[in-house]
Amino acid sequence: MSSPSKALPAWIDVGVIPLINILLAFFVSGIVILIIGEDPIEAVKIVVYGAFGNDYNIGYTLHYTTNFIFTGLAVAVAFHASLFNIGGEGQAYIGGLGVGLLCLALDQYVPFWIILPLAIAASGLFGAAWAYVPAYLQAYRGSHIVITTIMFNFIAFSLMNYILVNVLIEPGQMSPESRDFLTSAQMPTMQEAVGWFGIEIEKSPLNLSILLALFSCTFVWLFIWHTRWGYAIRMFGFNENAANYSGINTQRLVVGTMCLSGVLAGFVGINEIMGNHNRVMLDFVAGAGFTGIAVALMGRNHPVGIIIASLLFGTLYQGGAELSFEIPTIQGEMVKAIQGLVILFCGALAYMSRPTIERIFTAIVESNGTAKEQTNG
Amino acid sequence: MDDLFLLLLSTLDSTLRVSAPLVLCAMAGIFSERSGIIDISLEGKLLAAAFAAAAVAAVSGSAFVGLGAAIVTSVLMALLHGFACITHRGNQVVSGLAINILASGLTVTLGGAWFHKGGQTPTLSGDARFSPISLPGSDFLAEIPFLGTIYVELISGHNLLVYIAFLAVPITWWVLYKTRFGLRLRAVGENPQAVDTAGISVTFLRYRSVIIAGILCGIAGAYLSTGQNAAFGKEMSAGQGYIALAAMIFGKWKPVPGLLACMLFGFLDAMAVRLQGVALPGIGEIPVQFMQALPYVLTVILLAGFIGKAIAPKAIGRPYVKER
Amino acid sequence: MSVERIKTQGSEAVGGQSAPPPAIELKAISKSFGPVKANQNVDLKVLPGTIHGIIGENGAGKSTLMSILYGFYEADSGEILINGQKKKIHSSRDAISFGIGMVHQHFMLVETFTVLENVMLGAEGAPLLNKSSQSARKELLKLSKEYSLAVDPDAMTGDLPVGLQQRVEILKALYRGAEILILDEPTGVLTPQETDQLFKILDILRSRGVSIILITHKLQEIMAITDRVSVMRAGTMVSERETSETSKNELAELMVGRKVLLEVDKTDANPGEILLEAKNLSYKEDGVTKLDNVSLTLRAGEIVGIAGVSGNGQTELLAALSGICPLQSGSIDIGSTQITPKNHKNPKEFRELSVGHVPEDRHRMGMVTAFTAQETAIMGFHEDPAYNGKILMNNKAVQEHCTRLMQDYDVRPEDPKLKSANFSGGNQQKLVLAREMDRRPEVLLVGQPTRGVDIGAIEFIHKNLIAMRDAGSAILVVSVELEEIMSLSDRILVMFEGRIVGEVSGKEADARQLGLLMGNAGTQSTGSEQQNNNNTTHSEEIPA
Repeated sequence: MSSPSKALPAWIDVGVIPLINILLAFFVSGIVILIIGEDPIEAVKIVVYGAFGNDYNIGYTLHYTTNFIFTGLAVAVAFHASLFNIGGEGQAYIGGLGVGLLCLALDQYVPFWIILPLAIAASGLFGAAWAYVPAYLQAYRGSHIVITTIMFNFIAFSLMNYILVNVLIEPGQMSPESRDFLTSAQMPTMQEAVGWFGIEIEKSPLNLSILLALFSCTFVWLFIWHTRWGYAIRMFGFNENAANYSGINTQRLVVGTMCLSGVLAGFVGINEIMGNHNRVMLDFVAGAGFTGIAVALMGRNHPVGIIIASLLFGTLYQGGAELSFEIPTIQGEMVKAIQGLVILFCGALAYMSRPTIERIFTAIVESNGTAKEQTNG
Repeated sequence: MDDLFLLLLSTLDSTLRVSAPLVLCAMAGIFSERSGIIDISLEGKLLAAAFAAAAVAAVSGSAFVGLGAAIVTSVLMALLHGFACITHRGNQVVSGLAINILASGLTVTLGGAWFHKGGQTPTLSGDARFSPISLPGSDFLAEIPFLGTIYVELISGHNLLVYIAFLAVPITWWVLYKTRFGLRLRAVGENPQAVDTAGISVTFLRYRSVIIAGILCGIAGAYLSTGQNAAFGKEMSAGQGYIALAAMIFGKWKPVPGLLACMLFGFLDAMAVRLQGVALPGIGEIPVQFMQALPYVLTVILLAGFIGKAIAPKAIGRPYVKER
Repeated sequence: MSVERIKTQGSEAVGGQSAPPPAIELKAISKSFGPVKANQNVDLKVLPGTIHGIIGENGAGKSTLMSILYGFYEADSGEILINGQKKKIHSSRDAISFGIGMVHQHFMLVETFTVLENVMLGAEGAPLLNKSSQSARKELLKLSKEYSLAVDPDAMTGDLPVGLQQRVEILKALYRGAEILILDEPTGVLTPQETDQLFKILDILRSRGVSIILITHKLQEIMAITDRVSVMRAGTMVSERETSETSKNELAELMVGRKVLLEVDKTDANPGEILLEAKNLSYKEDGVTKLDNVSLTLRAGEIVGIAGVSGNGQTELLAALSGICPLQSGSIDIGSTQITPKNHKNPKEFRELSVGHVPEDRHRMGMVTAFTAQETAIMGFHEDPAYNGKILMNNKAVQEHCTRLMQDYDVRPEDPKLKSANFSGGNQQKLVLAREMDRRPEVLLVGQPTRGVDIGAIEFIHKNLIAMRDAGSAILVVSVELEEIMSLSDRILVMFEGRIVGEVSGKEADARQLGLLMGNAGTQSTGSEQQNNNNTTHSEEIPA
């Protein structure tokens, strides 16, 4: 009785309504572009070309996509346990710190193939650690995880700021950045990687971290839908009483799920710190943690949906940058506005259109029914 | 000694300036959350209002018209929040977050398109800004040694919106505890069914609460861009909405403790600037980042139940559905 | 404002000398929730200045009827007359303005408010509280005095004992000028002393001309305080009596109706060894006693039924016996294992001790509607090696298991991939039962085995339970359906306010006698009950 799928077949709930929500978000975005006196259609063309026009642009698009896959998965995993992890931003930031510290410590001594697994572990561990405290407080002390993860984002910013300014800064430099990593701690770029197979593309920030992202998608899919732990997480998310009835330790589950979420968010550090900047710096996450929320909502917490949504946002970020270059009246921040609208329509107003759709659907079914009756009679 | 006194005064003075928008936003949060609607969209309303105030003040040349625009903008965003959370029973956190991100994107987008300064608005001057007000008697009271100095240096010389901010606290308190509306508002955040069975509309009550939150955030926004500063700048709210949220929680959803929390957080901020590079005897240099993070750390510690207990309104975050 | 109203309306009510019209008259009220007919053509007349009892089993439609009168729902059809005048009640506001007040089963109080604030809420008068709270305080004190309802206006409501909170609810209604007061199961939360107090208050109210509707399932209360009584069953009003001209026995019979015993083929039980023994279980939640010194034994090869109006501790009993609620006091012996508050076992460990549990409410606990059938089919057993590889789940094994369950227990459609929500109630229940019974647990706890299940499935479920008994399991059945308890059980225990107030052999039980026990009026009937500890313990149990 309580299930929302009343009277409507699944394809409408999973397909039509989300699509309508996204279209609504884009429709309103189009209106915003009209308001500032530009042509939305033209803008879409520029965005698409800016994102996919050449291999350099595609590289950027996919580089952003990689980040969003990580943060989107992070948010989605927590959502499956009906936990709202707003802290992806901070977890990604601290994850990057972990990667950075590890690379700075080891890059002079050991080769890449040793650093890589350690760096992945460090990013995950640091991200998880940053999620652990809010998770613990939620599970054992009842502190609202939304508020604590928000607070931990800000604490992460201050912490990183302190470490960069006071510890990692390169002596004699003004900007708070660490020294560059040696090549042993640099993730091969996609240009190098495909170069091994004799293919030439232009250099872009796109690097092999995208493989980690795709691996993470597979992992999350298997974990959530094909392991007993994922089963428990979903059960807890759907129905806490049922989880208790089934004998699941729900407190441990909350902490574990949030830590996994933190691990995934932390992987952004691999893509940005090891794969792109090759040094620790300020603000490298650049809102990807929040974009992850839009991605997860739009992708309906499924890895396939998340890949699609990440690609869409990757397109918007890269294409949006090109757009503001081509049409100076449109700022790059337009993408943020779209992101906000996606969260609004796919999240908070997700079921706004449902009653209307329900009415239309039943009307169609009924008219079909009477039509059939008439032909029969 | 005299120097130290003046230093203290100037620190307190900037504490007032820094905490003014926090106070307004915290009171806004109290109105919304005491009625049962989680409001993490304080940040977004603040930012959008700051933009609206600066943009309209720049065009009209009047700070007051700007203030009006700020309030209207902020109330519209509050209504959007209400539409999602009250009418459509959406997730209140998701809605708030959407509004924050939307504000962050739209302000720069619109600002960039209208003023061609990369999201900045033109610098305001004269009547387009709220300028400091010298309170009556400043001239001759300045002669009185101690109290006179406090009056002139600390109390006088702020702009109108600062005074409004601090006036908002007793008003909030009065509305909450001394009016029929306040009684009902507090009731609906605790037990909406009790309100419903008493024959009062839960929906209308909650809408009015979020609208008031919108008005207060609107004033705060105008303060940021047309009082404290002379233009709107990208991301100029810089997390102050979240600090206000933290202060509201720290003040246990009550106006006066909320005010104190805002002033504490404002004071930490003012101190952070002054303590930069200063080694304190016995402690050494306190990192400015530590001071910046302190409000959040304190709030987390409070939420964890280690210092007192922050008990949220009972019905907060749950959309009201008439039970079958 | 409200001060004025109470005066004028009060004098009206008392003033009508010659045969006044009924304070309330309901004519042919009907209300459906989807396919469920909660009220069908219900008539009711409440004379002014009387206490009118409405009695009936769970789901008889009493609360719905009162919610309609109080404007919480609108009736689909029918008329409401108040003091002889036809009225439309669209909302609680309307009901209040017509002088109707209601004391809900779950109090509609703001716990963080003072008594005065709660009383004023919604009837403050002026926009500013200053003056109105002064006059409200005066009025409140006056009402307190007039009706002997002493309560401190400045006390924090949440800190008050439930008896006093209820008093606040009554004052709230009186403050709004109520001359018709509805009380929905008012004594469920009260101690016997508080109940006595309440009845004194009701008596005073009646003598001041207030008309009172008392909804209850406790026969004793009806006899003790009401002037007239109406009996509801299955959404209809079955009869009305002068209280002085009826008896508990008659009311019990009217309430439960002539139960058609479902034909269940069953031989006499052959109880063997004790498989589960619970001793002195007590359980409190938020300071309210839910279980009060409950002891029971379950033997191999018998079905023990727990009868009782819902909310008398059955839910907590199942939760304790299945490990969902950690024990607070007492002990449970299962085989050679003893579970005590210090030696707690979680539901998983209870399962390992061979205790199966079909929860009372499958949607709340027994299944996950968003899960596929095969996912629901392994709840509680998802860590079983049979369904898992080293890391990944063996979905094929899960599917095969579910398919087999569906075949063995006739779950249709036989599609393990179908969402659990999309099965009918009967098939959902069969799936849950299949999951729990398939393991052949030594002890099976079954809550509401056939709630929301069609006739065909009921028969099937009953047959399977009996087969399991015959195979040597001990089965505990909790049900609010008396006929189900009677047709299934070899022994029947009756629960009331967290206690076991009677034990009857399944063969000898009859509905009237059980009805009396369920209404805690068992002392009068000296049937075959073996325990008689009702009316002796003090408890403060809340019916859920």
